[in-house]
Order: sequence, then C-alpha cells, then structure tokens
Amino acid sequence: MTPTRTAGLIAAFVGLAALYAMPAIAPRAVVQDLFGILTLLVLAMNWNMLAGFAGLVSVGQQAFVGIGAYAMFAAIILLKLDPLLGVLIGGLAAAAFSVPMAFFAFRLNGAYFAIGTWVVADIARLAMGQWKALGGGTGTSLPKGTTKDMVGVETIKQVLDVSGAAAADALTYWLMLSLAVVLLVASYVFLRTRMGLGLQAMRDNETAARSVGVDPLRLKAWVFLLTAFGTGLCGALAFIQITRITPDAAFSVIDWTAFVIFITVIGGIGSLPGPVVGVIVFYVLQRLLADYGTIYLIVLGILGIVVMLFARRGLWGLFTDRTGIDLLPLTHRPPRSVAPVLPPTKRTA
Amino acid sequence: MMLVDTITQGLLLGGLYALFAAGLSLVFGIMRLVNLAHGDLIIMAAYLILGIAMALNLHPFVAVLLAAPIMFGLGWLLQTHLLNRVLGADILPPLLVTFGLSVVIQNGLLEGFTADSRKLTAGSIEAQAVHLGPVTLGVMPLLTFLSAVAVVFALNQLFYRTALGRAFRATSDDAVTAQLMGIRPQKVFAMATGIALVVATIAALFLGTRANFDPSIGPARLLYAFEAVIIGGLGSLWGTLAGGIVIGVAQALGASVNPEWQILSGHIAFVLVLLLRPRGLFPRAND
Repeated sequence: MTPTRTAGLIAAFVGLAALYAMPAIAPRAVVQDLFGILTLLVLAMNWNMLAGFAGLVSVGQQAFVGIGAYAMFAAIILLKLDPLLGVLIGGLAAAAFSVPMAFFAFRLNGAYFAIGTWVVADIARLAMGQWKALGGGTGTSLPKGTTKDMVGVETIKQVLDVSGAAAADALTYWLMLSLAVVLLVASYVFLRTRMGLGLQAMRDNETAARSVGVDPLRLKAWVFLLTAFGTGLCGALAFIQITRITPDAAFSVIDWTAFVIFITVIGGIGSLPGPVVGVIVFYVLQRLLADYGTIYLIVLGILGIVVMLFARRGLWGLFTDRTGIDLLPLTHRPPRSVAPVLPPTKRTA
Repeated sequence: MMLVDTITQGLLLGGLYALFAAGLSLVFGIMRLVNLAHGDLIIMAAYLILGIAMALNLHPFVAVLLAAPIMFGLGWLLQTHLLNRVLGADILPPLLVTFGLSVVIQNGLLEGFTADSRKLTAGSIEAQAVHLGPVTLGVMPLLTFLSAVAVVFALNQLFYRTALGRAFRATSDDAVTAQLMGIRPQKVFAMATGIALVVATIAALFLGTRANFDPSIGPARLLYAFEAVIIGGLGSLWGTLAGGIVIGVAQALGASVNPEWQILSGHIAFVLVLLLRPRGLFPRAND
C-alpha cells in the first residue's frame, strides 16, 4: 500500500467517524442539511454505476425514487407497518418495477433508452396520481407521529437526550449515511471483481468484450436491477424525512435526476470519488447562490456543459491527472509473468 | 359520432406534436443528435415571437417571420460553437450538453419572464370554426395540422430534391465519405440545426396561440415530440407526422374517457408501438 493510500484511508475513516457523530454534536439543522446532501450522493452513485460504468444513460431514475416513496407510504398508511420496514419494501418495489421497465427500455439503444426511461417514469407518475387511497394527484401526508414511533427512535432519544423529532432525524440520517458507505464499498468491491472488469470492458468496447466472453445484457440487467433497488431505498428514506408525498414531487425529473446527472458529470463520471466531489460542489454552489433564485441552476447547467467540453472525466479526473493520486483506483496492472518476452527483431523501416 | 369527433380532434392535435417533432427528427436523422433542449428552444421561440409582437405591435403571424431568421442564426451558432464539439461515437456528451442547455434555457426564461403563463393573441381567428359534415373544426387547429403537413412536405422536398438535401443524406449515411466528396459535415450540421429551429419557431407560433405557456413546459413538449419521432421511425419525416398523429389520437381518446388519462394514454400508445415495432413504424435508416 502506497503512503498516499494509507493517508487517504486514515482521512476517510476520521471523516466517516465525524459524520457518524454529527447527530450527537451538531444542531438539528446541520443534520438535516447533511441528510439532503447524502440523499443526492446516494442517487448520484447509483446513476454513476448506470451511466458511467454500464453505459445506460437513464433519465428515468425518478421512477424508482417515486415508486420507493409511494410503496413506503402504502406500507405505513395502508398496511400499518413500521416505517423502516416500509423503506425496505420501497426498495424492493422499485427493484420489482425495474424488471418490466428493463424489458421495455433495453429494446431501445443509446439515446432512445434515455427517452424511453423518461417516458416510463412519467407513466409511473401519472399512474400514481390515480391511486386514490394515497391522495391521487394531490398526494398525502404521513400520519402524525409516525416517525417518532419508528423502531429505535425511543432508544436514540434517551441516549442522545433529544426530542423525538430530532431522534427520528438522527436515525434516518444514520441510515442514509450507511447506505452511502455500503454503496461506495460495494461498488468498489464489485468493480474489482471479474464481473466489474467485464462491465468496464463492455463500456470501453462492447464488441471486444463480447469476444472474450462478457455477456453484456446479463451484466447490464443486473446493474439496472441493483441500482433501482438502491434508488428506491434512497427515495423511501428521503420521503420519511419529507413526510408529505405528491406524484409531482416524488417523480420530479429535476430533483431526482437532473441534479444527480450534473453532480455526477461535474464530479467525474465513471470514477467512484466523482459523485462525492460533485455533491460537494453542488452544495457549495447552492449555498453561495441561495439568494439569487434559480441562478444556481443556470450556473450548474453551464458548469456541466463546460465539463463535457473541456474535461470529460470531471473535476476528479482533472485532479487524478494532475497529481497522480487516485483514492479508489479501478485500473489493473497487467500481469508481469504472462507477457511473452519477444526476441529483438530487426527493424526493416 | 362522438368517436369520429374525438379522433378528428386527436388528429389535429397530432399535427401540433408533429410540428414539435419535425425539427428534432431532421437533426436526429442527419447527425444522430438527441437534442434534449428542443422543447425549451420551442418555448424560447414562443417568447421571442411574443416579444417581437409586443415591441413592434405586430400580429404573431407576422412576428414569426422576424423570429424565424433569428432562431436560424441561433441554431447555426449553437451547432458550430457547441454541439459540433461533442458529436461522436460516444452518445453521453451530446446528451449531457443538451440537457445542460435545457436547464440553462428554462431557468434563463424563468429569470427573464417570470413563471407567469403567457399567450400569443391571434385575434378573431382563434374562435372561428368550419363545419365539415358531422364534425366542427377550429380554424386554428386545422391551420396547425395543415402547417405540419406543409412543413413535412417542404422538408421532404428539401431532403430529396436539392443539393443541400443531397448533402444532408450523404452526411447522414456516411460522414467520412461525404467529406471526401467535398462536403463539410460541420457546415451541413449547422444548416440542419438552423432549419430545425425555424421549424421550432413555427411550432412555437401554434403552441402559443393555442394555449398558455410558461418557461417550465418545455420538457413535456420534448417528451411528446420524441415519442412522435421514435414511433415514426428514425429519419422518416412522414413517419414523424404519423407518430405525432398516433400520440394525438391516443391522447384525445384517453381524455374522452377521463381527462386525467390524456397524457397517460399517449405514453401507453408509445410503449405499445415500440413493443410491437422496436424500430418504429417507418424506419428509413439502419441504426
């Protein structure tokens, strides 16, 4: 292990410990802010797996956020289940929805795929608007006090000595943080396996990858299903915090897909630290330009365009190129012993 | 009888969608560029017509004549300075650049014109209707449909009867070989995007006179337009018109059952057509 990697790992652990300690040491507003950032980070990591590694440029991720959130609301309101069980059901519902969606969208190539997923997400939005038990087009709220009755909230309340609402915030925050960490580690481990290598090979050259036995369809389908599950979990968790749902909010293409795309692109698409860098840039921009209405969206759009024109691998790509530091490298060194030693040949030209 | 009326109204609505889609279809057919900002560019053109009409006190039908060359210039600049740089084998950069452009235009319009909904007023023609046997047709919807047919016809003439059209087709089929024959793809692409935005301006005229618009409605129009292009088949302009009609009729039929089902039925028609014919109804090019 190189010194930079050791230093990086130590810094990562210290940072992570600080993040986990936040509900105990920081005011509730900070925890809520961080929750929002983590939500976008989880969504961005999922989209990065899809678009950056599997070559599936989806503009329909809001479908999974919305389905996850609606399934969670249904589990709480109609089935009277615990919200945390509702979150799990949300993730599973999103994964289940991804199967018929994939059967349709995978028939479409490239750009068609982007539009196809967008249309499917819009169908899901309009269909949820017809679900009268959950308020139809105007939506519904979680019953009062639902979050305070969640499993574990009572314990947190006593240990941290805070109000029930703050304890619920802490719990959802820890869950979102854990989801982000698990996702990052799982992505890294997955991309270092045979399947992950196959995925990257496929992205770089599908024909060549197929010739050495990579099955693109199977790999893509798995990534689509798993990221749907992650996105659904994230959506359900986010809407526990929001406590109110409408079809337009739950299936918002701007909130759940456009931001996420810009975050990933600006940070560095196709690299694991990219979304982390991107989400920090996004948050800083949003904060700096908070008083100027939608200007930050314009800046975000321009930044995204500039990155695509001049630095396709994003800010993280620029950083790695300049410094040679890559915290979660996905490149493999060629095996030394396998390469045949070529005899010196006479140059003819 | 109700059914005949509904289908006729759907047909006319399809004309509007075909107008949204014709420019998109042209650009997509020639350079495989998916312009996610197309819907917002249509809305921008509507504001441009509105601005010219108000500033010079002109009828929207006259103002559009001034707006069209401006939009052509914009399309030319957009293609030469931005889009030509990102076209290539990788579909991600053009998608993301036009997506960024969409957000920039949408929020720029919001800053400039607020979220208030606006309308282009065309005067007494808006309320006029003609009676054709059992059905009554609004003059404006009829005019929209006829314009869509005229635009598709004109684009087809351009495509198959002129030197520029030959260059379009050659570049679409094989850009490298076309270059060997003295065609500069970048220039051909710039012409195509310019023409696409002229068509977008015509679409904006009918969009703005038909109903209210505000800066946020671009993406929904984009979605209908893309559905029309994809259903119609890549590179076929008449196919795009047919695609627009399929979406329009499906929406009208859905709305006649329950107004909430209008957009949903359009989307479902799109999914059904693609499940049966993944390459659309009349695909021209292999891709």
